[in-house]
Amino acid sequence: MSETRVANHSKTVADGRRLWEEALREARLREGNFTTISGAPVKPAYGPGDVDVDYEADLGWPGQFPYTRGVHPSMYRGRLWTMRQFAGFGTSAQTNERFKFLLDHGQTGLSVAFDFPTLMGHDSDAELSLGEVGQVGVAVSSLADMETLMDGIPMDRVSTSMTINGPAPIMLAFYIACGENQGVDPKLLRGTVQNDILKEYQAQHAWLVPAEPALRMITDVMSYCADRVPQWNTISISGYHIREAGSTAAQELAFTLANGFEYVKRGLAAGMDVDTFAPRLSFFFDSHLDFFEEICKFRAARRIWARHLRDEFGAEDPRSWMIRFHTQTAGVSLTAQQPENNIVRTTLEALAGVLGGTQSLHTNSMDETLSLPTEKAVKIALRTQQIIAEESEVAHVADPLGGSYFIEAQTKRLEDEAENYFQEIEKRGGMVACTEAGYVQREIHRAAVAYQRALETGTKRVVGVNCYTEDLDAEPEIDLHRIDPAVEREQHDRLEALRKRRDSDKVRSELDDVREACRSGGNLLERFVSAAHAYCTLGEIAGVLREEFGEYHEPKIL
Amino acid sequence: MPERKIRVLIAKPGLDGHDRGAKTVATVLRDHGMEVIYTGLHQTPSQIAEAAAQEDVDVVGLSILSGAHMSLFPRVRAELAERGLKHVLLTGGGIIPREDMEALEGDGFAKLFGPGTKTDDIAQWIQETMRARWTEEEVEA
Repeated sequence: MSETRVANHSKTVADGRRLWEEALREARLREGNFTTISGAPVKPAYGPGDVDVDYEADLGWPGQFPYTRGVHPSMYRGRLWTMRQFAGFGTSAQTNERFKFLLDHGQTGLSVAFDFPTLMGHDSDAELSLGEVGQVGVAVSSLADMETLMDGIPMDRVSTSMTINGPAPIMLAFYIACGENQGVDPKLLRGTVQNDILKEYQAQHAWLVPAEPALRMITDVMSYCADRVPQWNTISISGYHIREAGSTAAQELAFTLANGFEYVKRGLAAGMDVDTFAPRLSFFFDSHLDFFEEICKFRAARRIWARHLRDEFGAEDPRSWMIRFHTQTAGVSLTAQQPENNIVRTTLEALAGVLGGTQSLHTNSMDETLSLPTEKAVKIALRTQQIIAEESEVAHVADPLGGSYFIEAQTKRLEDEAENYFQEIEKRGGMVACTEAGYVQREIHRAAVAYQRALETGTKRVVGVNCYTEDLDAEPEIDLHRIDPAVEREQHDRLEALRKRRDSDKVRSELDDVREACRSGGNLLERFVSAAHAYCTLGEIAGVLREEFGEYHEPKIL
Repeated sequence: MPERKIRVLIAKPGLDGHDRGAKTVATVLRDHGMEVIYTGLHQTPSQIAEAAAQEDVDVVGLSILSGAHMSLFPRVRAELAERGLKHVLLTGGGIIPREDMEALEGDGFAKLFGPGTKTDDIAQWIQETMRARWTEEEVEA
């Protein structure tokens, strides 16, 4: 474009803008708070002058640095996103059945939800587990449970995501050992273990040991997998829980990426080359109801990560620069009132994830504010993704909203807010210090209270909750999925039988080796795989870690 | 005479890590002038009852989103009773199916709140219930 044409063009635009602004001042506006769901003000329209982006430097084509427009040149023309429904409840046998049901209905990857005892590193028969076994996920107390969970599922062909953090390295060891027992070379295993401990302290709160030993185990996983389980994503750095705990979109973006940078620093400090482990870091974001803000958040995440990895951490492999992420629709946006409406909310959120270029997606079921989802609700949620993929024709074009003045301005706004947080975090001594001092938790809490206030004053409207409400009793009955209390007894019996059947000398010596590695600094994942094969239980291995490293105590923020 | 402040213990029993609701309610109750003690996460029923006794609270509010309410809520109630704290106003909330709420409300829980509840409604309910109790006590005295 020549200089003169640019000048003429801006002159016309400027005139138009002035006229529009005048017309706007005259216009009657309906009452309402014109902000994003995170409270960021938005203008009535966006045009030239609202954005300052350089196409090559700030956007690039899909598959090109800084990947704002997506990580693959062909995006969904090459391959659709992975439809990955998070599932798990009761015993490993029950969850195994649900997995097969989902695979039979066209799901393309597995995603395991564990119960709270497992997430906290307790066996099903521990005293603290009473009443919680199999409730919000499946109970996996040893390799034996993992073998039942994956029974009849070819581990060299399916990819599996495991949402577990504190005891993540132990669970990964069960998975690797299970694969070996199925005759599958660990090199062929594909999947992800969440393993993101920082956001546990900040938001999701299922931890095992304090930050320093936990971070050491994470680098142990990264270095072990680099050679031996090379297709495995060693961390899924997760904003989902930060957002669900109440953060804004910008906070989700900033804290997640700041956690990611911390893991990179730890890997470097452990003597690894950034390009050996950064390509295996994956991400996980929430998709909330603010359609455009979410799309912009995904775009901003790609751009920020690419720039920091290349320019700050010196990564040279383009795979280190690319954020690949999973998305889940926002559980927190669902309402217990008129629950069928949740299908619509989930559809909007799922569409934002797709237009934002996600690599995989979980769509929530409509009944999740009431209990675990029923099979019918789960099927509708999966069908929602299939309708977006097969019927809406949105998957043909990469980053279809790229270049929109509004989208680009908001992407930039989110990037700037995240960069401001990075500076603040640096000033406060980094992400571990910020977490231990409760800074991140306090920021999230403040946003959660502000959102609740907006709901209660009615500035934020939610259908069925504070507008268009119906009498509770007039609501249709909806089937509930309940966990049979027999699950707990069954797990106790299984564990008792296991403890009798295994070689107890072998168990003792494996646990001693774990203890020794805790002290000597040897690779813990290596020890865990070996202990898994001897059928040491989760609680036994985690028990050694607690004894050696101590327990984590949350900072008081209230 | 200054108005007597309502003392509330907000507690998270069990292994459930979802504390957004508990912390939001705690903050709102404080904004309504109550003295609020928050236990933090991962509390056993006996730890909660112990805290209630030590802090000499009028109200205990439990929050659970993990499905373990039918096991943990009655155990907290029993632990409170063991310490002679039957008079404490017992309430709570979370992802709790309506029939479970009804069962618990018939078993020592004054009232339970589900998703979508206004926090101001919780505060108001606590204030009204406690005021009514205190008036009754005065009359009896």
